[in-house]
Amino acid sequence: MNHSLEVKNLHVSIDGQAILKGFNLTVPKGEVHALMGPNGTGKSTLAKVMAGHEDYTVESGEVLLDGVNILGQEPDEISHAGLFLAFQYPMEIPGVSIANFIRAAKQARLPEGEEINAIEYYKDLYAKMDALKMDRKFTARSLNEGFSGGEKKRCEILQMAMLDPKYCVMDETDSGLDIDALRIVSEGVNHMRSEDRAFLVITHYQRLLDYIVPDVVHVMFDGRIVHSGDKELAKELEIKGYDWVKEAFATASA
Amino acid sequence: MSDTDLQDQAIQVDTEKGNFKYPENYEFDAGVGLTEDTIKYISDVKDDPDWVREFRLKALEVFQKKPMPTKWADKDLENIDFDKIRYYLSKGQQPARSWDDVPDDVKETFERLGIPEQERKFLAGVEAQFDSEASYSRMKEDLEKEGVIFVGSSEGLAKYPEIFKPYFGKVIPTADNKFSALNSAAFSGGSFIYVPKGVKLKQPLQAYFRINAENFGQFERTLIIADEDSEITYMEGCTAPKFETATLHSAVVELVALKNAKIQYITVQNWSSNVFNLVTKRGMADEGAEVKWIDCNIGSRLTMKYPGVVLKGKGARGEVLSIALANDGQHQDTGAKMMHLADNTTSNIISKSISIGKGRSTYRGQVHMPKHLKNCKNNTECDALLINTNSRTDTYPAITTRGQNNTVQHEASVSKVSAEQIFYMMQRGLSEGEAMSLAVNGFVNELMKAFPMEYSVELKRLIDMEMEGSVG
Repeated sequence: MNHSLEVKNLHVSIDGQAILKGFNLTVPKGEVHALMGPNGTGKSTLAKVMAGHEDYTVESGEVLLDGVNILGQEPDEISHAGLFLAFQYPMEIPGVSIANFIRAAKQARLPEGEEINAIEYYKDLYAKMDALKMDRKFTARSLNEGFSGGEKKRCEILQMAMLDPKYCVMDETDSGLDIDALRIVSEGVNHMRSEDRAFLVITHYQRLLDYIVPDVVHVMFDGRIVHSGDKELAKELEIKGYDWVKEAFATASA
Repeated sequence: MSDTDLQDQAIQVDTEKGNFKYPENYEFDAGVGLTEDTIKYISDVKDDPDWVREFRLKALEVFQKKPMPTKWADKDLENIDFDKIRYYLSKGQQPARSWDDVPDDVKETFERLGIPEQERKFLAGVEAQFDSEASYSRMKEDLEKEGVIFVGSSEGLAKYPEIFKPYFGKVIPTADNKFSALNSAAFSGGSFIYVPKGVKLKQPLQAYFRINAENFGQFERTLIIADEDSEITYMEGCTAPKFETATLHSAVVELVALKNAKIQYITVQNWSSNVFNLVTKRGMADEGAEVKWIDCNIGSRLTMKYPGVVLKGKGARGEVLSIALANDGQHQDTGAKMMHLADNTTSNIISKSISIGKGRSTYRGQVHMPKHLKNCKNNTECDALLINTNSRTDTYPAITTRGQNNTVQHEASVSKVSAEQIFYMMQRGLSEGEAMSLAVNGFVNELMKAFPMEYSVELKRLIDMEMEGSVG
C-alpha cells in the first residue's frame, strides 16, 4: 500500500473558469508539507476539492489516499477515509455544542449498533482541550457561534485531534491568530506529528512555519506548484515576497 | 447520567413504528357520512343523558351552517369529504382496567407503540384510545384515594356531572370554529380529569390516541380541571397508519386551572401524512394560576392548531412552547393565542418551525390586552428554519395592546441551513441526513430544555427519523 496523500495532474474549474491546472503533489505519511503562494492562486480550492466540495468541477486528475482515489466520493466518505480539513472559515452551527458535535462525528465512524463510551470520550475531550488551553466551559457552547478568530481555529485543531485523521489539510489556520494562539495551535499540531500521519499546511505567511517546521515547502502559482524546497524556501519567500514568485515563474507557467 | 440511560428511558415511538394496522372488526359503526341520525346513533350507543343529546344536535347545526375558514386558511381544507368519513367505530364502550382484558389486536397495537412499558416506567396513569373509544384506562391507586379522577369523557359526564357540566364547552364554546362544532357534535373518547384542591401529581398522566381505520374521523374531547393549588402534567401522543385516503382528527381540549393551580399539557403528534389534524385547544387560568402548552407537531397533511390561554384572574400566567416540522407536502399552520383579561397577567410564546423541501410552516399569533388592564406582559418569539430553497414560511402575528404599563415584546427570525454548513459537518464524517438532523436539533435545542426529559428524547428521535427520510 502506498502511504501517502497524492494529487495527480488535477484540473479543476468553477463556473467554467480553470483554477487548478495540472496540480501535482505527494505528501508521504510522517511528513509535514507547507503549501505557500499568493492569494487567488488556488490553495483553498485545492483544499475543498480534496474534501469533496460539490461546487467545483473536476476536469481530470486524481486525489489518492493510500493509493485509493477519493474524487467523486461524498464529503463524509472522504472524512471516514481519513482526510481532515481544518477550515479557513469554520462554520457556525447554532445550538449544537462542541461536545455533542464531536461526539456525533466520532459516533458516525463506529459500526452500526455500537455506542461511543461516554466516560472515555469526555476524558479524551477534556485532556485535549487542556492541551489547547481551551476552557472546559467551551464544551457546552454552540459550535463556533460567537467565537473569536482564535477560538475558532483552536476548535478546528481540537476536532482534528479528536478525530485522529491520517491526513490533515490545514487551510490558512494561522489567519486571525495572535502570537499566543499561534503558539498553542502549533503545539497542538506538533503534538500530533507522527510516522502515521501527514500534514499539508496551507499558508500565506512564513510566520506559522517558525512553529510548525515543515519538511518540504511548495510554492504555488496560477493553479500548480512551481517550486519546491526545504524550510529555507519559506524564509526566502518572506524576504523576496510573492512578486518574486510571479516574476520568476509566471513565464514558466505561461 | 449517560445518554444511553436517557435512551432507555425514552418513549420508544418512531415514525415507521406507527405504520401498521390491524383488520377492522368493530361492534359499533355509525356508517359513512354525517347526518342527525349519525349523531343520534352515537348518543344511543353511548347512552347519553338528554342534555348531551341536545348539545350534540345543536352543535351539528352550527357545524353545518359555518363555512370552511378557507378565506384565511389553507384551501386544502376543501378536500375533506365529510360524506365519506366514518364518525364512530368501536369495539365497546367500557375501557379495560388491565391490559389482559384488552382485545388482542388492540393490545398488540399499543404494545408495539410501547405504551404499557412507559406506564410501568414513569406514568401515573394511562388512557389508550383506539379509534372512537378508550380500550384501556388505569390510574395508580394512591391517586384514586386522593380523589383524582381520570376517566374517558363519556364516563366523566355520566358519573361526575356536577363537576363536568359546569365547565364542559365553556372554555371552547361549540361555535368557536367549524371544527370545534364538529367535535361537539360527534365527540367520543378523550379524557376527563379532575385534580382536587392541593393535590400535586408528581408523575404525568398520559393519553395515547390511535387511529386504526381508514376514512375515519377521530373526535376526542378532553376536559381537565385543576382545582385550587393543584398541579398536573398531562401528555398525549398520537399515531395513525399510512392510508391512501384522508383521515380526520379533530379534537377539542379544554383546560381549567383554578386559583393558583398549574396545568402543563404536552403533545407530541406524529401523524402519518394523510391526516388532517384540526384541533382546538384552550386553557383558562384563574388568579395566580398557570397554564402551559408544549406542542410538538410532526407529520400530518395539514395541521391547524393554535393553543390558547385565557388569563382570567390577576397574576395568571400562560405559556405556549411549540415546535412544528413541515416535511415535503405538509403544511403546519400553528400558533398561539393569549387573551389577557386581568391585571398583572403574563404570557410567553415561543414558536419554532422547520420547513423542509416543499413543506410549509405558518405561524399565527394573537395576543390581546384590553385598555383597562395594568401591568400585563407578553413575550413572543417565532423562529423559522428553512432547509432547501423550496421551503416556505409565513408569520402572522396579531398583537393588540392598549392600557397602561402593559408591555409586549415580539421577535421573529428566519434562518437557513446553508450548503456550507452541511459541507462542514459532512467533512467531519456526518452523513447529509445526520448533518441536517443535527442542525435542526440545534435550532430547537434551547427550547427543548424546557421540556420534560422523556419527551425531549422522543422528539429528538422523531426529528432524526424525519430528517433521514428527507434526504433524497
